[in-house]
Amino acid sequence: MSNQRIKPAVTMAEIRPELTRLRRRGLLRSALSLGALTLLTGCDLSTHSGVDAALEAMLRFDDRVQAALFSRQRLAPTYPASAITRPFRFNAYYAEWQVRLVPDNWALHVGGRVAARRPWTLPALAALPQQGQITRHICIEGWSQIGQWSGVPLGTFLRRVGADLSARYVAFKCFDGYSTSIDMASALQPQTILALDFEAKPLAPQWGAPLRLRIPTKLGFKSAKNLEAIEVTNKYPGGYWEDQGYDWFAGV
Amino acid sequence: MSRREILHRPAHPAAIRVMHWIGVYAMGCMIFSGWEIYNASPSLPFLFPAWTGLGGWLGGALAWHLSAMWLLFADGIAYLAYGFASGHFRRDLQPPRPAEVLHDLEAALRFRLKVHMGHYNAVQRVLYIGVIVAIILQAMTGLAIWKPVQFGWLTGLLFGYPIARGIHLGTMFAIVGFVLVHVLMVAIHPRTLRSMIVAVPSESEESR
Repeated sequence: MSNQRIKPAVTMAEIRPELTRLRRRGLLRSALSLGALTLLTGCDLSTHSGVDAALEAMLRFDDRVQAALFSRQRLAPTYPASAITRPFRFNAYYAEWQVRLVPDNWALHVGGRVAARRPWTLPALAALPQQGQITRHICIEGWSQIGQWSGVPLGTFLRRVGADLSARYVAFKCFDGYSTSIDMASALQPQTILALDFEAKPLAPQWGAPLRLRIPTKLGFKSAKNLEAIEVTNKYPGGYWEDQGYDWFAGV
Repeated sequence: MSRREILHRPAHPAAIRVMHWIGVYAMGCMIFSGWEIYNASPSLPFLFPAWTGLGGWLGGALAWHLSAMWLLFADGIAYLAYGFASGHFRRDLQPPRPAEVLHDLEAALRFRLKVHMGHYNAVQRVLYIGVIVAIILQAMTGLAIWKPVQFGWLTGLLFGYPIARGIHLGTMFAIVGFVLVHVLMVAIHPRTLRSMIVAVPSESEESR
């Protein structure tokens, strides 16, 4: 009788299959939520890491092909003012109501492989030679629209700050949390500008006030808005979308 | 080539069979990742069902599209080179005369058209030449919308970026339409599937 009382209600042998089954289900659940998490953050190229690695290797190969195809002399087509798309579509990694206003005492910071690191105010940038363009902005999603921007050619600016023009990358940081980077050859293409104006008026906040990159030889996500810092570097800087799997070169 | 050799030639040479199935895989990757890319910014008032997309999201779909394009390109170039060099195009894919097409189309619609493996009737020739031209056009429009600045001359030839993108979508529908008809014909004549997998003797046109 007493012997029966100390006998456990279930033995380990009886519950082992159930425990194993539960443990398996737990693994599966965590695998599913991991998959869901990567999908939500947009990090997922596919569900198989081997396929992921192969796709990433192909994107690096595509980057090399694109760099070889790129010519600094080849210009993006320009259009007459009558071709400008109106209304112009707002696009960012956030909704239009979340547009950030320009911080007080805004200045453009310059860093990395440059001789002159002093920050640039908007009037100082406006005093540099300006250049306008009416070009097609092509989004990675496939849609496109024609807009008008003007500002300082990036090549002019980089020479003015004594940048190392043999460096590999120019990286852009934005006060809205965005970031991107481009190759030096594309940075020096004459249509790559630090835009101050959109449609002949100073940039409004939703168009990237007070200063944005406008680069018609790359997909739209490279034309970073709301700039706050530029860095010239040899270390691969990546960027907001590039880190999630968009191809880095993104030339058109 | 003697009469005997012609009769013993397989319905589809090994090279054609290998390139066919590589092409099926590459084109499948291109179509299903393309649907996912289309869904990011649909230019027609519908979306492809999410489960048909390849890549999981726009970035993944583009990675598939910009990877599989090289496989399709290599396969296509190899096929064209083989087709011209081996005499496959000259022998098997002569553009038919309109009267032949009408005759064979009428017979096909009455289910009276004979299939001789290794020989294409006029309707088959029209469809096969058509899909080869469509895939070449697809590669051209694809290049035009991937590199509208670096290949600006090509994009210009195809009436600019937005129209080239529209042609790229339309040509996809044409290719998918071909695939549906092609698979339906294989379902009606299942022995042709075997001839695209293993070596099967070609049939003389008189034997059936």
